[in-house]
Amino acid sequence: MAQNKVAAEAHGHGDGHAGHHIVPMSTYVKVLFALLALTALTVAVARPVSGFDAGIFNTLIAFLIAAVKASLVLGIFMGLKYDKKLNLAIFFTGVFFLLVMLLFCLLDIYTRVHVQSTL
Amino acid sequence: MSATATAHTNDNYLNHEKGLWSWLTTLDHKRIGIMYMITVMLFFFIGGIFAMLLRTELIAPGRTIMGPETYNRIMTYHGTIMVFMVIIPGIPAFLGNFVLPLHIGAKDVAFPKLNLVSWYCLIVGALVAFTSLFYNGVDTGWTFYTPYSIRTQTGVTFMVVGAFIMGFSSILTGLNFIVTVHKLRAPGMTFWRMPLFVWGLYSTAIIQVLATPVLAITLLLIACERLLGVGIFDPTLGGDPVLFEHFFWFYSHPAVYIMILPAMGIISEVITAFSHKTIFGYKAIAFSSIGIAAVSFFVWGHHLFVAGQSEVAGIIFSFITMLVGVPTAIKVFNWTATLYKGSIEFKPPMLFALGFLFLFTIGGVTGIMLATIALDVHLHDTYFVVAHFHYVMVGGTLMAIMAGIYYWFPKIFGRMYSQFWARITFVLIFIGFNVTFFPQFILGAMGMPRRYYDYLPAFTALNRISSIGAYTIGLGFLIALGVILQGIFAGEKAPANPWGAKTLEWTTASPPPHDNFAVEPIVTAGPYEYR
Amino acid sequence: MSTVNAHVERHSPLAHHFRDMAQQFDAAKLGIWIFLCTEILMFGGLFVAYIIMHGLYPAMFAEGARWCDWRMGAANTTVLIVSSFFMAAGVHYTQTNQRVKAIQSMILTILLGCVFLVIKYFEWRHKFELGLLPAHFFHYKGAHHANLPMFFSLYFCMTGLHGIHVVVGMCLIAWVTIRSIRGEFNSEYYTAVETVGLFWHLVDIIWIFLFPLLYLVG
Repeated sequence: MAQNKVAAEAHGHGDGHAGHHIVPMSTYVKVLFALLALTALTVAVARPVSGFDAGIFNTLIAFLIAAVKASLVLGIFMGLKYDKKLNLAIFFTGVFFLLVMLLFCLLDIYTRVHVQSTL
Repeated sequence: MSATATAHTNDNYLNHEKGLWSWLTTLDHKRIGIMYMITVMLFFFIGGIFAMLLRTELIAPGRTIMGPETYNRIMTYHGTIMVFMVIIPGIPAFLGNFVLPLHIGAKDVAFPKLNLVSWYCLIVGALVAFTSLFYNGVDTGWTFYTPYSIRTQTGVTFMVVGAFIMGFSSILTGLNFIVTVHKLRAPGMTFWRMPLFVWGLYSTAIIQVLATPVLAITLLLIACERLLGVGIFDPTLGGDPVLFEHFFWFYSHPAVYIMILPAMGIISEVITAFSHKTIFGYKAIAFSSIGIAAVSFFVWGHHLFVAGQSEVAGIIFSFITMLVGVPTAIKVFNWTATLYKGSIEFKPPMLFALGFLFLFTIGGVTGIMLATIALDVHLHDTYFVVAHFHYVMVGGTLMAIMAGIYYWFPKIFGRMYSQFWARITFVLIFIGFNVTFFPQFILGAMGMPRRYYDYLPAFTALNRISSIGAYTIGLGFLIALGVILQGIFAGEKAPANPWGAKTLEWTTASPPPHDNFAVEPIVTAGPYEYR
Repeated sequence: MSTVNAHVERHSPLAHHFRDMAQQFDAAKLGIWIFLCTEILMFGGLFVAYIIMHGLYPAMFAEGARWCDWRMGAANTTVLIVSSFFMAAGVHYTQTNQRVKAIQSMILTILLGCVFLVIKYFEWRHKFELGLLPAHFFHYKGAHHANLPMFFSLYFCMTGLHGIHVVVGMCLIAWVTIRSIRGEFNSEYYTAVETVGLFWHLVDIIWIFLFPLLYLVG
């Protein structure tokens, strides 16, 4: 593994070939274990499994852990951390407009006044 | 290699390879553009026939040539064909495909294979959509509103799956254009030196990429509702039909700007070229394209004012919708300022561009009226709305397509067309259009509802005028087809730059060689260096 | 002359309309990210539907989630995360010209994809047997909540669409593995491996969100 790292660095800092960044395997291994640990955590704090109950925060906690996991995959496995900023911008544009859709739908559903028919 | 290609000046993209097979497997963006042109014209012809049938039915109250069931189906096919098969691919995939790489000095789009795949997606999608004709047709209107689209015993499933496949065509075109603009510009072609048509296509591509996937999943869910009973949009299973309208218009409102943004790009090109004057407010027009694309995602709720959406959401959407008027007005004012003290030449493309300016402004201003929630409650689902969006879609987009075809025709085919007959088409289409749709504003204000085969006798006179106008438009487009065919097969040879325009595509031969430019151009100035 | 050129071009990884390999690589990367963005919005539609329906009928989702075995879900999450790791390794080994290791990693990725699908198959079969299906086919008798079929509609739509992506991803990885065996990739040219890898990671990310939503949030 150490050998790979040397090769990786030799290449990565060589002629600066079009931003090809090579992530050392040791980083990938660390991320893998972090992801597995977070999976264990999200299972451990889930009500159906452990009975741990934080009320409405259950959903939020599960979602936050998933978001952390996703950002690890995005940043390291998919290399967004080292990539051109344009690709990062594209990813966040997609997420942003998804949130726009969600928020306006929620806005409508939760501000409706339920009127009984007077007919 | 490219140097030798120009030595033989006869070698161009049209005769570079021969035979039908070489067209069906081509990866050349110019040839794919031509294939889109033929396809879109064919669909436009079919959709146009349906429009004539609708106007014929409405020439008199009561049953004239068809009953309500037939009317609903023809209305649906007119809408779906014109939206999904004509206007959405019309400018980006046909003119955009041809012109975009030439505009920025590239040899091709970034992914030529995907470009070809996108054409096949359109064809396959259209065939699947037309399969619905053998399953009792489709009678939902092009919007497929639930729960009716779940219940109706017609071929909705085929239609939505077809539209789903055609959506991929749109996504792939958009993806290709974004990457092309970012990565394939010629040396010196900075973002602020790009022609405004490129800015229009770029903004369009952003919408295509961001909005179309949502339509894809929505249409899939409709198909699943019918086949499996998913229930998300079905009130009897606990779902919410208004949620469908949210999903649908999250795509379909931005899609309206897929139709108009590239049209605005064409108008920018044509107006500056035939005023022989630098465009006024280049950056303002470029930014307003991006601005319209961004705002378009926040306004879809104005389609739901009377659909059961909450009042709070309605008021917010109403307010945001008004904002669309700002970047749009910026464009209109800049075009007008470009005309001011220009050396205006009334060539056919310019006539259509000026027609656009006039008609689109009416379409836009009535759009602001409809965005006003209190007024919309009265005008919703009346002919006022029909007139409004035809002023934008036909008066805007189709006029721009005609302007674009007449503008780039010498470049595309290397030949000229009859200027006289092209002017005649403008007169017929422009007058016919106003005669058709202006009475519909009045009809709508009087309360005539849309989407019915029948109406009260009081509306007869205006409907008759409207139908006569429709036949005039039809005649105008038939003559335009004649002008185009005559130009392709018998027109005189066109020089490289017949209009004296300044953008890059006019520096290469007409028609362009296989690789677009003999030598990769190096750009040192902006696109409109007139005076 | 042109035939000779065409011959050369077919074997060079550089397409005729790009200036150099760097431009081609950047274009491909940008293209795949835009594509992933469309994937996010497409799945996003289902997520929005899920969130809204979950807000309207929390009890129904709690009842439905009881039929999803968290052990199987957690196992599948682990499988996909490990497969994602091997895919990243495959790209890394291709970048560093370690072809054999790269091929091994990608084959492991495909195998883990198979494991995922097998586990999924057992979960689906269980629900088919009980009749926990979308409304037109729902025939489970003991449902408490009237709209329970909707949970399973969402369950099958989301896992089904995700499953299709897993299958497509496996086919794509198989394709780059074969090309890798043929020796088409090296540290200078590995665009296809990289882009296919990005697609596979996205499939993993979507599952990372699906797992708590369907199995854990009761």
